Amino acid sequence: MSTGLIFGLTGLAVFIIGLCGALILVDPLRRLLALKLCSVGASFMLIVAAWNAPPATPDPVPHALVITGIVVMISATAVALALIRRLHTLEQEQND
Amino acid sequence: MTEMLAIDWLTAVIFVPLAGAMLAFLLPRQAHLVGVGAMALTALVTIALVLQVLTEGAMITHLGNWEAPLGIDLRVDGLSAILLAMTAGVGLLVSLGALDSYASRRVPERMRRYFWPLWLLLLSGLNGAYLSTDLFNLYVMLEVIALAAVGLTVLSGRIEAVRAGLEYMYASILGALLFLMGVGFVYLELGRLDFAGLLAANSSPALSAALALMVAGLALKTALFPLHVWLPQAHSNATAPASALLSALVVKVSLYIVLRLAQYMLPPSEILVALIGVLGLGAILWGSIQALRAERLKLLVAWSTVAQIGLIFVAFARAGADGVAESWKAAALLMLAHAIAKAAMFLAAGRIKDEIGHDRIRDLDRSPIRPTLAQLSFAVAAISLVGLPPSLGFAGKWILMEGAMTNGYWHWIVVTMTATMLSVAYFSRVLTGFLRFDRQRTPAGEHQGWALADAAPLTLALFALGLGLFAAPILSFMDIGYPFGATP
Repeated sequence: MSTGLIFGLTGLAVFIIGLCGALILVDPLRRLLALKLCSVGASFMLIVAAWNAPPATPDPVPHALVITGIVVMISATAVALALIRRLHTLEQEQND
Repeated sequence: MTEMLAIDWLTAVIFVPLAGAMLAFLLPRQAHLVGVGAMALTALVTIALVLQVLTEGAMITHLGNWEAPLGIDLRVDGLSAILLAMTAGVGLLVSLGALDSYASRRVPERMRRYFWPLWLLLLSGLNGAYLSTDLFNLYVMLEVIALAAVGLTVLSGRIEAVRAGLEYMYASILGALLFLMGVGFVYLELGRLDFAGLLAANSSPALSAALALMVAGLALKTALFPLHVWLPQAHSNATAPASALLSALVVKVSLYIVLRLAQYMLPPSEILVALIGVLGLGAILWGSIQALRAERLKLLVAWSTVAQIGLIFVAFARAGADGVAESWKAAALLMLAHAIAKAAMFLAAGRIKDEIGHDRIRDLDRSPIRPTLAQLSFAVAAISLVGLPPSLGFAGKWILMEGAMTNGYWHWIVVTMTATMLSVAYFSRVLTGFLRFDRQRTPAGEHQGWALADAAPLTLALFALGLGLFAAPILSFMDIGYPFGATP
């Protein structure tokens, strides 16, 4: 088994763990964290796949894709967190 | 004058609404004026673009003068142009409807203030996606659309809307991740991400896997059964203009990308096509059953979206022998029909709810108030969605069945017929409520509840009905720059 394959499978495993969490968990915050895990797994796979044995340099384009993905994910997470907070407040108001 | 002519309409159609969104955000008090102004300007730019396509055929803009694969190209052809026109037309009428429905004093200030920036941002993303020729650019546009769409879903601030919006956000994030992974694998396989590169590539298992990932992500975003769970709550709990935009326009963009991908990454394997058809069938059955059971009008309309999307996927999979090469026309026409009719229907449902004060289907026939024009709009939109002639929906279903028939897919004709019967059944539940007067206590006034706000749904509904007469010119327009097969 090559190092690349091990890293790739690790990325896949992280992605799948996140996916399961996102589908199974109930708590909104934990589901969001599971989705974050998914994105880490996906990014990891792309970065590993872009790696070339030295002296060759890694392919920069997948890295650019991943960086954009991270930026997008940050904004999406921020929106989701804002919604979770809002939901929390509304639920508390309803219970009072 | 020459400088005026040199305006690049492709760039303008993306940046006009984007600039409008920022301006509307910065000027919250004048947001509605900025919003309608930017929308009208975008519609004018779209008209200019459509006319240019009509005279000059397909066009490409190299952004910053960098050509693909290094730079990002924008390309417009008949299909893109017709979808841009659909977006502008539906968007303009929904905006006019929104202007009225958010103007009332009962509506919180927040809604009036944030609807316009979000909607213009959404418009910018939609237009960008229709013009994009680059997979990664599409990913970014999808995210712009998703964030704006979630914002529109939760606009009312009610707890159900926030809960539905959060579900939508999760579905959207997951869909985007699947799409991004697919994009990454395409790059690793081909070394480029533009459509021309996809077209030139030979099919390989890795590319099929990447395509499957991307289609899965898009199916999640467009709510193809069984990935539709987020849609009914999100669409039925949003405010009426937002529901209309979400259901008419937002789900279409993922469908459009599926259409493009399936063609550029030919050949999608027979198994994948069959799977899409079967999922479409599942969507038709499940969406219709839920629409038959729904207790609230808006929920019924939202579930009917699930069923109609299923039908579009059936059209897409099975309306021609050569996979998507022929069937895209049926799918595109059904998309167009659904967009116009569903926007009309959601606006009409919103009007009915406003006038009567509730949207419980079983109590519709007890109400002494009969918003006649809104009910008429709803009925006409239903006729188009069911697919009676001369509506646009009829033209789409006709092409679907003709294609299926000539290729011997008899069972898919049965599916289309079943979908039609079921849609008659669930819309009849509502229409009987409009037509029965024997259960109400007080005398009914024939002309109660007319308002200027009825103009937008009625116009949209009449368009959905009448455009079927122009199906032939629409089809030949879509063929301009033959979207599929030739170099993009």
